[in-house]
Amino acid sequence: MFVRLSAVLVAIALSTGPAGAEGAKLTDPQIAHIAYTAGVLDVAAAKQALLKSNSKEVKQFAEDMVRDHEAVNKQALDLVKKLNVTPQDNDTSKALSKQAADKYEQLAKLSGAAYDKGYIENEIAYHKQVNGALETQLIPSASNAELKGLLQTGLKIFQGHEQHAEHVAADLK
Amino acid sequence: MLVARTLPIMTAMALLAMTAPSPAATITIVMQNLVITPAEVSAKVGDTIEWVNKDVVAHTATAQQGGEFDVMLPANKGGSLVVNTAGTFPYFCRFHPNMKATLTVVP
Repeated sequence: MFVRLSAVLVAIALSTGPAGAEGAKLTDPQIAHIAYTAGVLDVAAAKQALLKSNSKEVKQFAEDMVRDHEAVNKQALDLVKKLNVTPQDNDTSKALSKQAADKYEQLAKLSGAAYDKGYIENEIAYHKQVNGALETQLIPSASNAELKGLLQTGLKIFQGHEQHAEHVAADLK
Repeated sequence: MLVARTLPIMTAMALLAMTAPSPAATITIVMQNLVITPAEVSAKVGDTIEWVNKDVVAHTATAQQGGEFDVMLPANKGGSLVVNTAGTFPYFCRFHPNMKATLTVVP
């Protein structure tokens, strides 16, 4: 999955850049869309967990994901409004959504401990993937200082989620 | 006005000096952008630790071991704790375990 996102990001970089790779980067409206979409997808996964899981710890983790990602996305919406920027859909957002939809369906078929394990392991993988994209692509490409700042804070929050998910995974074993 | 206001304070201070040689202090710790500042704090038994959470997400101040404390710090608010046990307490945020700090309490 990580390979797929990286490939998509490379494809965008190549297709949007002028002549050489040097000036190739995502635009702020695209970056805002990717970051917002990543949050929405994790909230959807968490809501599925709240319906399906019987584990108190997994449910608490899911509640934390809903609360944090909704709070960060509210900030993102406030910022794009303030900057008068319209988030722009793009191939990376589409790839993330497709990947999450596939995972959602896959997890829907599981139950009990198998579901908990599947959800938490995907949370670790998903946060790793998004954090990697933030670090190497989205943050370096962001032009607006406030957007960059929000992404940087978001990265720290999501790195926290990744560690939190790892703790939960260790407890499930 | 000034006399009226300072006299009771001075009286209170004199009383405090007689009854409590080291009055309890309030120590403020700020959590902002997932950074805890200061990361190392020393307090005395009886002091109040006040965590101010300036982030849009909730945090906790949770002792790493022994369940000594677990303080909920709602977004854009915070919380406080009166420290009653001496010791060195590494603590973290349960929601974002990458946030770490140490609280030392001396008798």
